[in-house]
Amino acid sequence: MSSHILPKRVYYTIFAILLFCTYLTVQIAFLDLGALNTVAALGIATFKATIVVLFFMHVKYSTRLTWAVVLGSVFWLGILLALTMTDYLTRVWRHYG
Amino acid sequence: MSHDAAAHHEAHHPALAHHFDSLAQQSEATTLGMWVFLVTEVLFFGGLFATYMIYRSWYPDAFAAASHELDVTLGTINTVVLITSSLTMALAVHAAQLGQRKLLMTFLILTMILGGVFLGIKSVEYYHKFAEHHVPGPDFQFEKEYIRHAQLFFSLYFVMTGLHALHMIIGIGIMLVMLWWSWNGTITEEYSSPIEISGLYWHFVDIVWIFLFPLLYLIGRHAH
Repeated sequence: MSSHILPKRVYYTIFAILLFCTYLTVQIAFLDLGALNTVAALGIATFKATIVVLFFMHVKYSTRLTWAVVLGSVFWLGILLALTMTDYLTRVWRHYG
Repeated sequence: MSHDAAAHHEAHHPALAHHFDSLAQQSEATTLGMWVFLVTEVLFFGGLFATYMIYRSWYPDAFAAASHELDVTLGTINTVVLITSSLTMALAVHAAQLGQRKLLMTFLILTMILGGVFLGIKSVEYYHKFAEHHVPGPDFQFEKEYIRHAQLFFSLYFVMTGLHALHMIIGIGIMLVMLWWSWNGTITEEYSSPIEISGLYWHFVDIVWIFLFPLLYLIGRHAH
């Protein structure tokens, strides 16, 4: 088999980090950081998702083609979200035009 | 089957499809195929996240007020339950790769149980929302100021968590098949791909929740 078998402690470590991040994201939500609340929440969620993809989903040890597909999903999601918001966030501008 | 492939000792493995040269190549193709499917899933949920982003940017106060009605404690417990189910899934894949059949079946069962606990807690939350008249529609009740836009939040809440829950139900169904295949000997140390790609699906569903939890439950919590 070509699949890379990770030692179990990797999974336990990732699990512990994920639990800590969950604790952190709840705690931060109750602090008033203004706009940074959303940035922190999404930053932590993105970090959690990244370590799940890399270790639980073994992408760190996958072929380059798999890497390309995974990064492709992020890229297309980025296009979806960013281009949608170029429309919706700029609609208010016409009142100043 | 070509003579070259037939000569290859792995070609005799019952799980090897004839159009692959080796189990390793078959496994790589399987993983890649699963990831291509997951890209479509990312964009499927992505459309809902985009909708959420638009309405939250338009009605931030209504979204914060509506988010306060969700139960952070139950949401946090469910996050922990789901992360734990991802650990048991990862350990199931590990056991499959080492050919530890009993351990594999134990971890698959644990994953299903944790998935069931998640769905149970989710249904308790849904029940509360129905009891509190927080389900969008003619019976919806909320502070007058936000009544229209809070319905947008709760529509997104039910659609996003509902689709997520549907993925969990499908995931538990997949785990049942995997349990059957582990039991009847289809899954072996050489052929653990089905468990691996089922794991990819399960972890993906976990990732969706990792984003849903802060976006739905934790908006503007400091204000109250």
